[in-house]
Amino acid sequence: MTARAAVNILIGSWRGRFGLAVLGVTVFVAIFGTLIAPYDPTASSLDVLQPPSTDHWLGTTESGEDVFSQLLVGTRTSVVIGFAAAFISAVLGSAVGVASGYFGGWTDRILDSFENWFLVIPTLPLMIVLARLLDPSLGVLVAVIGLTSWAGTGRIVRAQVMTLRERAFVERARALGAGDFYIIKTHVLPNTLPLIFANTVLIIAVAILSEAALSFLGLGDPSRISWGSMLENAFGSGAPSAGAWWYVIPPGLCITILVLAVVLIGFLYEEFINPRLALDRES
Amino acid sequence: MSARWLTGKIAAAVLTLLFVIIFNFFLFRVMGDPTEQLARLPRATPEEIEKLRGQYGLDRPLLGQFTDYMGDTARLDLGTSQRSRRAVSEEIWDALPWTLLLVGTGTLIATLLGTWMGVKAATRRGKRTDDALLGFNLFTYASPEYWIGIILILVFAVWLPILPSGLQMTPGAQFESFISEALDVGKHLILPATAMALMLIGQYFLIMRSSMVDVLTEDFITVKRATGMRWDRVVNRHAVPNALLPLVTLAAIQFGSVVAGAITIETIFSWPGLGELTFQAINDKDFPVLQGTFLIFSFGVILANLLADCLYFVLDPRVQGR
Repeated sequence: MTARAAVNILIGSWRGRFGLAVLGVTVFVAIFGTLIAPYDPTASSLDVLQPPSTDHWLGTTESGEDVFSQLLVGTRTSVVIGFAAAFISAVLGSAVGVASGYFGGWTDRILDSFENWFLVIPTLPLMIVLARLLDPSLGVLVAVIGLTSWAGTGRIVRAQVMTLRERAFVERARALGAGDFYIIKTHVLPNTLPLIFANTVLIIAVAILSEAALSFLGLGDPSRISWGSMLENAFGSGAPSAGAWWYVIPPGLCITILVLAVVLIGFLYEEFINPRLALDRES
Repeated sequence: MSARWLTGKIAAAVLTLLFVIIFNFFLFRVMGDPTEQLARLPRATPEEIEKLRGQYGLDRPLLGQFTDYMGDTARLDLGTSQRSRRAVSEEIWDALPWTLLLVGTGTLIATLLGTWMGVKAATRRGKRTDDALLGFNLFTYASPEYWIGIILILVFAVWLPILPSGLQMTPGAQFESFISEALDVGKHLILPATAMALMLIGQYFLIMRSSMVDVLTEDFITVKRATGMRWDRVVNRHAVPNALLPLVTLAAIQFGSVVAGAITIETIFSWPGLGELTFQAINDKDFPVLQGTFLIFSFGVILANLLADCLYFVLDPRVQGR
């Protein structure tokens, strides 16, 4: 697997191009959103729940704030939490997966039942409980989402490492006197990385959706605007029954398009590693 | 051999549940400071807090509290709601049927429609139908279910006011018969069940589609075709039953997201089930209720996994050999 091949499959299909374009725009807005936003997203005005106009491209909220500015500024929360939580989840999942797959025996038995347990526990209720017990903030959200979503990665990494351990090149290294950490670093990890990466991309999607759901339920960071908290405010202020489509549709649509982009890239990448999964493969 | 396999699965499920119960205790007693939860009365004096601690048994050593808790849980005593002052088990018991109704209807629709669309897409792979179905299902798969719910409210309860935007029945209505009451509930069920179905359908579709694509390339399908059997008969009688197998596992794995959907969708539609109960508990910081719903949700998911394993065992003879 080379980086060039990975880039080629991404650019070579419309799904990859769509994913990359959306991701590019989103990251740009996440960085510069506060500068582009035409209004202060928390500045209230007397124009309450106004439909889109030339002044307010996406109308206003229940306290007269600019929806478009909130959308731009809220992008950062989704992106930061999505990427950071997925990173934690990837590190945890690969550490547990590698340890359990490589060392086997009791290490494996204990770590595997731990992993099983996390796989079975319903994630959103667990996140809710953790987020409610701790005070919601950006860091808490990242930790809670990361800590509850690593088990799937762990499971996949474990299976891969178990087969790698028996491979000739690993046995040869061991016969030559290489230590466990050397073998893990030079033989096991590099061969597991594509798998970890593919899985992590999909976890970014899960993390973005989880942050939105938690914020929607009122467990988000209260000092930050996010797409989820916009939906919470819209719903809480009765925007749907007031017919304020400009307030409820954009945040959800942004979540959907970003998640879709991430999922499409993740699927493409998975197919690249495992062509059996291809959505449009030739049989 | 097979009995041992089943016993092992059941033992694992019981162990997982036990682990949840223990985890639940430590999570709420150790991470959340119980005195802080208790001192919700404004200006509670230290003496009052101390008295409350005594009432709740919080002044006793942790081990004693733990055995008490395990005993209570075994007797299905999950404590008292801080908001309504009712037993948590009673609140859960009242909410459970509503959640089962919503989740059951949603899952049924999603399974039927998802599999049907999956078969259609797989047999027309690469064609327009496939692209359209794939696009639709990827979109619903990526979108937050509560957002879909809000859009359903916007369209069917606000713009075309033909369906109610929330609650489980018309408030204050007197029903002449069971039928008219059931019809009223049914009318209120349509939107939340649709949101639930749309949340699940993408997964069912994607799995069914790829499973069908796999089965259709297998030799026995080619053989059946070679015998001159009609194509739709080959698909319906031979391909579909074989392709359904992965769906059984999916249904169990899905149960976690069903629970998540119940929480957000019930919140949107003020549907009086376990999810709405959870949402209220979040807002009121009602920890006994939160603890109770977490337990019941975990129990549901563990049970679903066990049932799926058993069903798989019955359906797939290859597992029985192991």
